Amino acid sequence: MRLVVIGNGMAGVRAVEEILARGGGERFDITIFGDEPYGNYNRIMLSEVLAGNEPEDAIFLNGLAWYEENGITLRAGVRVRRVNPFARKVYSDDRGVTRYDKLIIATGSVPYVPDIPGMRVAERGFHQGVFTFRTIDDTRNMLRYAKGHRRAVVIGGGLLGLEAARGLQNHGLDITLVHAGGHLMNQQLDAQAGAVLKRAVERLGIRVELNARTSAVEGTEKVTGIGLADGRSIDCDMVVVAAGIRPNAELARASGLVVERGVVVDDQMRAVDEPDIYAVGECAQHRGKVYGVVAPLWEQARVLADHITGADPAAAYHGSRVATKLKVAGVNVAAMGVAGPEREDDEFVVFAEPSRGTYKSVVVRDGRLIGATLVGDVDKVAFLSQTFDQGLPLPEERVRLLFDLGGPSAETSVAELSDDAQVCNCNGVSKRTLVETVRGGVRSVTGVAAKTRAGKGCGSCRSLVEQIVDWAAGGAAEVDPSANWYVPGVPLAKPELMAEIRARGLKSVSAVFATLAPGGAEDARSKMGLASLLRVMWAEEYVDERDARFINDRVHANIQRDGTFSVVPQMKGGCTTPDQLRRIADVADKYRVPLVKVTGGQRIDLLGVRKEDLPAVWADLGMPSGYAYGKSFRTVKTCVGTDFCRYGLGDSTALGIALESTYQGLEGPGKMKLAVTGCPRNCAEAYVKDVGVVAVEGGRWEIYVGGAAGAHVRKGDLLATVATPEEVVTLTGRFLQYYRENANWLERTYAFVPRVGADHVRAVVVDDAEGIAERLDRDVQAAVAAYRDPWLEGRDPATPGQFRPALPLIEVR
Amino acid sequence: MTGHRLGPVADIPVGEGRAYTVAGEPVAVFHLRGGDLRAVSAVCPHAGGPLADGQIDGQVVICPLHQHTYDLTTGCSLSGQKDLRVYAAEVTADGEVVVSVP
Repeated sequence: MRLVVIGNGMAGVRAVEEILARGGGERFDITIFGDEPYGNYNRIMLSEVLAGNEPEDAIFLNGLAWYEENGITLRAGVRVRRVNPFARKVYSDDRGVTRYDKLIIATGSVPYVPDIPGMRVAERGFHQGVFTFRTIDDTRNMLRYAKGHRRAVVIGGGLLGLEAARGLQNHGLDITLVHAGGHLMNQQLDAQAGAVLKRAVERLGIRVELNARTSAVEGTEKVTGIGLADGRSIDCDMVVVAAGIRPNAELARASGLVVERGVVVDDQMRAVDEPDIYAVGECAQHRGKVYGVVAPLWEQARVLADHITGADPAAAYHGSRVATKLKVAGVNVAAMGVAGPEREDDEFVVFAEPSRGTYKSVVVRDGRLIGATLVGDVDKVAFLSQTFDQGLPLPEERVRLLFDLGGPSAETSVAELSDDAQVCNCNGVSKRTLVETVRGGVRSVTGVAAKTRAGKGCGSCRSLVEQIVDWAAGGAAEVDPSANWYVPGVPLAKPELMAEIRARGLKSVSAVFATLAPGGAEDARSKMGLASLLRVMWAEEYVDERDARFINDRVHANIQRDGTFSVVPQMKGGCTTPDQLRRIADVADKYRVPLVKVTGGQRIDLLGVRKEDLPAVWADLGMPSGYAYGKSFRTVKTCVGTDFCRYGLGDSTALGIALESTYQGLEGPGKMKLAVTGCPRNCAEAYVKDVGVVAVEGGRWEIYVGGAAGAHVRKGDLLATVATPEEVVTLTGRFLQYYRENANWLERTYAFVPRVGADHVRAVVVDDAEGIAERLDRDVQAAVAAYRDPWLEGRDPATPGQFRPALPLIEVR
Repeated sequence: MTGHRLGPVADIPVGEGRAYTVAGEPVAVFHLRGGDLRAVSAVCPHAGGPLADGQIDGQVVICPLHQHTYDLTTGCSLSGQKDLRVYAAEVTADGEVVVSVP
């Protein structure tokens, strides 16, 4: 049997995957036509590519190897012109004729572009500054064009428009979002929720124009702006049209199939009167509805596959109750069913807190949930989706639909979630799949995500995926303990591992493998973590094997994307001298350093230094290493303090320098970034550092720990308020030593402090509840005493060829 | 098969790799802790990372840029990238590294 699929997108390929899963690979000889010259990719992820959060190659769902392995002929970049249902032939624009026994039409949608003067150029399609946002090529074109331009207008305030606006803004463009409707996302949200979303979007710095009808694109050679129906103009040099999508059903229409808005299909996804032609995805119209979101197509693909393979000839699709769960421009939004009350006696419960960007509403009819909208806070989404999908009875107090009032914890609600509940809408992953994956031995969230693709789409379901994996792992009989191991290659948690190392006197990484690893086998992934731990434990006595170090620690510099390195000399407290600056400038000239940059930690970064030049660069600088490359004590950011500042309460600069002089280069499980600031204005950002020190009135200092302002933002917890700089230095060292001994590998303080509890940290470090304060002080002193400036190795390499080039250097594009 | 002599094995610290150009090809040669050698193409297919700078064990090398992992004996990617070319590598009786290119 010859199966031909027209459309190589998410719906067509998902249908094929489902067919293969039912043994259809044996029955069918499969050919897939794709208009785009690529394999199969996740269209939902294009906004991540546009935003620069994901590389292009990360969004491909099936590489060419998958087509080969399954014996599928892929005709990528070939467009089908017409189908002849009587002859069962498909005519493509390469003049090819392909015969079929069964045909699947999965042509998706095309962007809807209103016919606005100036949008199109005769003979050439769109004006060169006008873009749609549907394909990889669209995304590439926008990224290329955005580089040389400054101001963009995005037409359309639906999901796609918001994503485009946020993505382009990431590349430094000034964005105005022009929306014809009265509020954003008017397909999914009511006016009040739309207003909350608008505020959140404006907070990101995106201008929003509502009730704005675009009447013209201005500019002939280049776009210069757009005109609105009310006579106003908005200057811009780039226009993105995200005004909606339309089913791409022209091919079906031209081939004589029944087409209304989309290809009309029955409950088995077959085209009207065509027993051998199916349609699936956005191009299909089922019971009068076309869907423009991803979730329904998983269901459609399953029914189609059940039917076409005969696995379940009675399979039927009954339409989908669409629940949207997304992250729009960084704001979580969930919507299902109706947006507001429609009848006299519909109950409508609303909570709105616009200043916090939170809005929640539910619509109840005859005791059943018929609609819900959540903006900002989507904690209740799992519970509401299930209640909505299954028409479950509702709590008497309707407010419980919006808040957990001592109600079931997240854990209970995860347990109550039905197995069929779809957790990841982007990739169609159900709770059952996640639970089975966990029971199959994959226990880490990342492992489960890699295997099932859950959470790899828009990411809005990630916290729910984590909750389910946690619950499944905790509740499963076969608990895979590796999640608790300190490193993957040695089956011991950190406390047991340390006890074994101490008891057996293991002082090198190879000795740990030989003694404690299964079969004595080395494990490359475990080397760095073990090297760090042994150095913490043995200080001077540690037997340093260079192969256990990551390249950064072998050559004391940070590896860059082209195999060159960055050099950051020490600049304590961000203070430097004209003489140092001259030396840095001379080095940058002499070694033709491509980029000289000031870092966030108040130092100067020389980027693009060749590996073989490192020793000479260090020698010419004549400055110690700033440790900008290790899982170690990095830098202490300071403000101007008291010498010059009108407000300074404490000499933060001197204290920062003292801290860095004491603890420079100290290794740990993760980076340690510090700051000291001279007053509560906090110019040195001390509240969001691993250790942050703030001078307060009365000559006292507050010490905060566990802060972060990286991938996570967390204000540190107050550890103590002390009266002297000496106490700050002591408590900082004691806290860092406690962290070094007890944190997991790569666990930063912002995760460690909440995990063990700030109160517990205070009890041990400040109040000496465990009687170990003196020992911690002693051990951190021993580590400090073992410090040696690694850049001295430039004169006397530690290993042969330590600084030998490892790559024929290529230009970074 | 042509064998290329690349200098003393002592040039490659145990547990580490070093890059060589063999017959015009960039090759990373690794000195396993067990004493054997492994040789693979020196450039990571994913984003051109320097594999000779990677960390190894008895089986695999990890690229330092994005942690893509390759089997040192077969060259096969264990993280969904293209496979590496592998070369026969051995230590001669007089302690020289020899890598053979077909």
